[in-house]
Amino acid sequence: MSTISCKNLCKTFRQGEEVITGLDQVCLDIEEGSFVCLSGPSGSGKTTLLNAMGGLDSPDSGEITVGEQRLDQLSKAELADMRLNNIGFVFQAYNLIPVLSARENVEFVMQVQGVPARQRRELALQVLAEVGLTGLEQRLPAEMSGGQQQRVAVARAIANQPALVLADEPTANLDTHSAAQLMDLFVTLNQERGITFVISTHDTRVMGYARRLVSMRDGRIVGDEQQEPHTMAV
Amino acid sequence: MRDSLAVVATLAWRNLWRNHRRTVVMLLAIAVGVWAMIFMSALMRGMTDAMVRNGLHTLPGEVQVHHVDYRRDPSVVNSMQPPSGSLLRALQAPPVIAWAGRVRVPAVLASERGNRGVTLLGIDPVAEAQLDSLPQTMVQGRFLQSADDRGVVIGASLASRLETRLGKRVVIMSQDPDNNVVDRGARIVGIYRARLAGTEDRFVYAGRAVIQDMLNMDEQLSEVAITADDYRNVDAWYPAIAAAADAGLEVLPWTELDIFLGTMLGVQDGFALIFMVVVFLALSFGLVNTLVMAVFERVREIGLMQALGMRPALIVLQILLESLYLLCLGLLLGNLLALLTIRPLESGIDISSVAQGMEMMGMGTTLYPVLALQDMGMSTAVVVVLGLLASLGPAWRAARLDPVAALNKT
Repeated sequence: MSTISCKNLCKTFRQGEEVITGLDQVCLDIEEGSFVCLSGPSGSGKTTLLNAMGGLDSPDSGEITVGEQRLDQLSKAELADMRLNNIGFVFQAYNLIPVLSARENVEFVMQVQGVPARQRRELALQVLAEVGLTGLEQRLPAEMSGGQQQRVAVARAIANQPALVLADEPTANLDTHSAAQLMDLFVTLNQERGITFVISTHDTRVMGYARRLVSMRDGRIVGDEQQEPHTMAV
Repeated sequence: MRDSLAVVATLAWRNLWRNHRRTVVMLLAIAVGVWAMIFMSALMRGMTDAMVRNGLHTLPGEVQVHHVDYRRDPSVVNSMQPPSGSLLRALQAPPVIAWAGRVRVPAVLASERGNRGVTLLGIDPVAEAQLDSLPQTMVQGRFLQSADDRGVVIGASLASRLETRLGKRVVIMSQDPDNNVVDRGARIVGIYRARLAGTEDRFVYAGRAVIQDMLNMDEQLSEVAITADDYRNVDAWYPAIAAAADAGLEVLPWTELDIFLGTMLGVQDGFALIFMVVVFLALSFGLVNTLVMAVFERVREIGLMQALGMRPALIVLQILLESLYLLCLGLLLGNLLALLTIRPLESGIDISSVAQGMEMMGMGTTLYPVLALQDMGMSTAVVVVLGLLASLGPAWRAARLDPVAALNKT
């Protein structure tokens, strides 16, 4: 069964008088437990595709199914619920809530989901330990390094045990060492928990971790190949 | 749902203090605004109370019982029997504190130099003293001592107009029930001073029994004046008196006896509300600006929360809660400030330097601000309701942000 299925997705943007093609007849199936990288230069459509898969942006036409749900047929509130319960997000710019501590940031999604306080606290501490942030639970984002913040974001993304994690350029703001640690963490989570990872990147070192590499250009998929993953040389 | 509300409440509270300076400035603005609302209301309420109290003092009595035709024709013809039976029992039961029967008829008072139309009050001074309806200031002589006192007490202004003085004899003329002119001579035993010269000109006091005898009306009365503990709540207790009165009698509260005075309380509440709304409208610009800035500065965060699955309704709630915290803290400070500044002034503010003008409005030279729970409640309601309404705009705007655009905002 496919975790994600995209059929003929099209999306255009207007920039002044100019019409920019974000997605052009994109068809893609991603299986459960996959580790996929979307690669391509800036403006190739990888973030647009990732946003469409996450229900953050709706395509102009085409069908997109995540699990059993047709995202293009859901209301805003239903999309919010779908994201809350099924998808973990990791963004390029960490995107933590600055007034919440590391633990509270990780608990945030679970709290909105209504997970009991004790259970979510235990889960948050466990996941923070898993991403190597034991002892930093009470720190605010401003008191942590970029790498640590991105780890908190990863912990938040996986804490509610989603089937799918979408990561948009997760290593773009990290140094090589932190980037390697993060990608190793993704691989571990993929292998041990069976979480499906879809990562957009134009960093060739990150692409090396993927078992499937989807290349994009001008909103189209121009390459889709299976590969033998290898880790980043630090 | 409870957990969602908890996280929203936490975020709202912490976000409020992200920009300390802006929050504190807004908080002070709300506090001063609330204080101004309550302080001005306290002054207005004190002023209105003084006017109503002085008006009731002249009326007097919070409830009056008359013959049904007395108000149309206040002559001796439309008199009533002294209270008895169920009416008397009602007058002797709480919340009635005191009552007095009096004769009140139009008359002419003549001195050796002139004459003037007056309202003749035949009273029992002992009963009237309990109603607090007697002239406060005797400038010469004494007041009446009993219902059988044969002297008269007139106002200083009337004495001046009639060119008479203490100890002089005057003639009282009126009509008896058969429309015959009756008169009797009486000596001026006292001269009183009232706040308004009009009162001094109008009211002449004499012993009730003496006037009843002069007017051939046996023990009949023109009116029964009644007082209880709180003139504001007269509507709560006067119907019981009305129910106990005979069919030929009319029982009316002061609000109907003196329409002007009666409307004063409503007008005061109306003015207070208008003043509060106007003050808040000025405040609301600051409040909306604070929230708009708070939303503007947190576009990415709001986009993030939406991306993570927070429903738009919770975003609206978060911004509204932030506003509510600010408003509630401002209200707390404002009310505290009002309490601290008004309580010490409740013993009276000397306004004698401007009191000449105020006297015309039936006020004295001392203003007693009244800190009323009602005003604190009204200002709280105005601030919370209008504040939340004003906050809906920024909150709605935040909830409608496109998460992708918001997350990409630099």
